[in-house]
Amino acid sequence: MRKKLIKDTSTKNYYEDRFYVPLESKKIDVNETIFKDDLASLDDMKIIKSYVEYDQMVVFIEKNDNLKALEKLRDYGYEILTEISGVDFIEKKGGIEVFYQLLSIKHKRRARVKCFVKQGEFLQSVTALYKSADWAERELYDMFGVWIEGHSKLKRILMPDDWYGYPLLKSYPLQGDEHAKWYEVDKIFGREYRDEIGEENRDSAKVDSKDTFNFSRLYHEAEYGAKPPKEPYLQEYQEEGGVPLVKKVKRDKFKILKKRR
Amino acid sequence: MALHKVDYAKENGLPIVLTTVDKLIQWGRSNSLWAVSYGLACCAIEMMATGAGRFDFDRFGTIFRASAKHAEVMIVAGTLTKKHAEFTRRIYDSMPEPKWVISMGSCANTGGMFNTYSTVQGVDRIIPVDIYLPGCAPRPETLQYALMILQKKIRKEIPRRKQKAKRLV
Repeated sequence: MRKKLIKDTSTKNYYEDRFYVPLESKKIDVNETIFKDDLASLDDMKIIKSYVEYDQMVVFIEKNDNLKALEKLRDYGYEILTEISGVDFIEKKGGIEVFYQLLSIKHKRRARVKCFVKQGEFLQSVTALYKSADWAERELYDMFGVWIEGHSKLKRILMPDDWYGYPLLKSYPLQGDEHAKWYEVDKIFGREYRDEIGEENRDSAKVDSKDTFNFSRLYHEAEYGAKPPKEPYLQEYQEEGGVPLVKKVKRDKFKILKKRR
Repeated sequence: MALHKVDYAKENGLPIVLTTVDKLIQWGRSNSLWAVSYGLACCAIEMMATGAGRFDFDRFGTIFRASAKHAEVMIVAGTLTKKHAEFTRRIYDSMPEPKWVISMGSCANTGGMFNTYSTVQGVDRIIPVDIYLPGCAPRPETLQYALMILQKKIRKEIPRRKQKAKRLV
């Protein structure tokens, strides 16, 4: 547990936390709470760690016990598997922490079962127990690269099938890697058109004063390639004299309605 | 009345209008712009509002078509993801010439707030765009204005000629 931050950081040394670090959540022993029976239903299984946090039970189990543990919890009364996802701990522990978020309508409570999958290891599919695991496991594979054993159709779900890399890993750059950068160009036009189309503009504040195409010249608009007019002008809806059979609209002849019609 | 004294150019004279074939075709094209209904995200709601009663695209002759093969305007309304880009290009290619594109909203113009790995940074990387419509999301009258400016642009074109190959980006 980190100690609470003192607001005045100017008197502090530079190597201590300069920004607000939230306190760790309170963790209660399971046997003092209503989750006592829920944990007892996992009777003979190896439980690495368990606590109650924000009124939800969290149980850490071995990776290969996930089917057994979920079956026991399902039979106890956790009918719904809300979500499966992961947390990237590759840098710290060399693997991904997969969690199963469970909901019990019968007991009106939620629980989370966690297991640790090392890189290159397989995880057993739980689609036999919960139907919702089908897509959730596909998402886990898509976003974290966790391979699921026994899944009927393991393929990507959010990203295209030929996508390279796993976007929810901490090592994946937000604006994409080299493959993501050229994905649509390679797919539609082919690699040889990369130079022609050019790189993506990732700088949202970029203003190129020499760019006469993408830079809007307010009140001096001209079509691409045409010389911008010297005199400022207001863009009209129609040409001079209007359009046959179409109502004439002029900017200076507007009408303000007294009330909504 | 002797024939040489008739002023045909006067509007309130004889029921005759003089025009060129070019102008007639341009006028016809610009006032029957059928749009392919291509809403991708929240901007699509604004596009629907523009098509609905208050703003009423129908009075501009713009009718949303569910088939790209009947349409000549593509209003890209919403965020274009890289997964979807391929299909956007395919729909654009299946539209008959001449065709025009309105890129609606920040996401379609530049990728908008989604400066991420999965969003195409502007549809002009995929298809040539005629009119960029800023806003997030643009109000219906803005889309209406964009359509009117597009009509004005079409009236300036020369219909006899094949459409010039548009510049991509």
